Amino acid sequence: MTQIAGTGTLPAAAVPRGARHSRPRDSRSSRSPAKSILLHGTLIIASLIAIGPIVWVLLSSLKPGYAIQSSDLTLIKDPTLANYRYVLGETSFLRWFGNSVVVAAFTMAVGIFFSATTGYALSRFNFPGRRPLMMVFLVTQMFPVAILIVPIYTIMANLGLINALPSLIIANLTIAVPFCAWMLKGYFDSIPTSLDEAASIDGCGPFGTFWRVVLPLARPAIAVTAFYSFLTAWGEVAYASAFIQEDRKFTLAYGLQQFVPQFNPQWEYLTAAAVLVTIPAGIVFFFAQRHLVSGLTAGGTKG
Amino acid sequence: MTTVTADPVPAPAPAGRRPKQPSRLRRSWDKHWYAWAMVIPVVVVLAVLIFYPLVRGIYLSFTNLTEANQTAEICTKSITGSEVCKANPNRWEFVGLDNYVRVLSGEVGEFWQWTAVTLIWTVACVVFHYGLGLGLAVMLNRPMWGRTLYRILLVLPWAVPAFVSAFAWKFIFNERFGLANSLLTAVGIDPVDWFGDWRTSLLTAIITNIWLGVPFMMVALLGGMQTIPAELYEAAEIDGATPWQRFKNITLPGLRPVSMTVILLGTIWTFNMFPIIFLVTEGQPAGESEILVTGAYRAAFEGIRNYSLSSTYGVLILSILLVFSVFYRRMLRKQGEVW
Repeated sequence: MTQIAGTGTLPAAAVPRGARHSRPRDSRSSRSPAKSILLHGTLIIASLIAIGPIVWVLLSSLKPGYAIQSSDLTLIKDPTLANYRYVLGETSFLRWFGNSVVVAAFTMAVGIFFSATTGYALSRFNFPGRRPLMMVFLVTQMFPVAILIVPIYTIMANLGLINALPSLIIANLTIAVPFCAWMLKGYFDSIPTSLDEAASIDGCGPFGTFWRVVLPLARPAIAVTAFYSFLTAWGEVAYASAFIQEDRKFTLAYGLQQFVPQFNPQWEYLTAAAVLVTIPAGIVFFFAQRHLVSGLTAGGTKG
Repeated sequence: MTTVTADPVPAPAPAGRRPKQPSRLRRSWDKHWYAWAMVIPVVVVLAVLIFYPLVRGIYLSFTNLTEANQTAEICTKSITGSEVCKANPNRWEFVGLDNYVRVLSGEVGEFWQWTAVTLIWTVACVVFHYGLGLGLAVMLNRPMWGRTLYRILLVLPWAVPAFVSAFAWKFIFNERFGLANSLLTAVGIDPVDWFGDWRTSLLTAIITNIWLGVPFMMVALLGGMQTIPAELYEAAEIDGATPWQRFKNITLPGLRPVSMTVILLGTIWTFNMFPIIFLVTEGQPAGESEILVTGAYRAAFEGIRNYSLSSTYGVLILSILLVFSVFYRRMLRKQGEVW
């Protein structure tokens, strides 16, 4: 906390980009060298901790099996792509990858649509049932997935959706939508209602206002919603393990645990698979990251 | 889609839940139908997939249903190929509070030990999530060279699926060839058998979860800081406030609405965080580092699946969290926060 006390400055984010650069140098922008070193030092260490494990797994995935299982600390040893070749060629990786993409893409698309409409209704209309619904969204976060699985399995079985990807999409939506709707509601709250009124005077109905005025303005929050629902679906293991029985319908997250024997993990293949699984999530992250901060605003979380 | 009743200005809801005259219901419908139309798909899905299971779970927790006694009839195939069915004598039945007595008295599972571990786990994780998230957010919230790069690197753990992170950290804490022990050996400390003691075992899980959860807190708080007007800081500076005073009197109060929610959500999420404990510590040693959700899962689903027992745990976990959120809200309200 000493850094906080030492170098308080104006929150830069509150200042428009252009204005920040053209601002005359004042006491705030000239930081003493010691403080500068402290600030950057802390951030560099934090960044190293943040990416360290990822980099370590990446480096390990390029080592042959015997080098991974050695206690010598080496960053790079006999680099090889054999692990990747095995994972891509000898397992159903590509099929599982395809399944995961389908599940995650549908979860993302349907999730955005439902959270946006729900969030908008919660933000703009004071309809009977609004407050209970907000509370329900909070309570849904409290029920442990491990316990919900059995009753949901029964429902899916009755619907004939066992061993089918739609069951996973629906289940993932129940995890992602309540939080996303809650977050979007907050973002919509921060968009002035005068815009809605203007649109309504110009002849837009409630759906037109939502679609043509509010939604385009909420792009950052939509990006965060997309990111969140994609990740939820991409990394979900519990429902996938319960609902899917056939090898060729596995999602990536669950499939990977299948080809690794439980008592003698083949770390070299696991590391390679971990890297391959993370890449698509990384790509989605790359597109969403610009919006992450502004999308998940304070309002995001007001009840 | 645009129809007659366009009225985006929030209108006060009718006071009565069940209007007495049909015309009031009609009016309420005319006024709110599009709002309901927008939320109905979500409500239906949640009702079917969360609330029906919830109600059924509460009911099951008063029975002794397991995988073994779930069928009403036992059918055996005779040699001729025809099926002979007779009523299952051990069919599941209503047992009242038996499950709760067995769980709370420690006859099945280690409820109190798991609760204690869960509390340590939740408090440690949320404190570090919030503390580190706030510290990093404050640092990132000032103009400096390389800010965007720092931000991307620091948020990166969020983009890694939880099961991959769990696996990565388990790899790092491997006793024989993990990075953690290699580093310890390099600086001359004896390697640690991380999963041999419940404290170090839980520590590995907590470290994993902190690494995983800080980015969300940081981003949420950074977003919150953007909504604090810059004029406040300028005015404070003119009045000669020290950086610490500015942090304490402007930043922290300004972050209150976000903080309240992220702490509540963070607590709930951490309390129910299944994959990290399940995959990283696997309850080692001997189930001593189990938290409630993972312990309940193992107690109820290893061997013969005990549906009634899992429901009992589910109801207990939900009750703990509900009681916590009620107290949390009351505490905030006492401090004058309307939420």
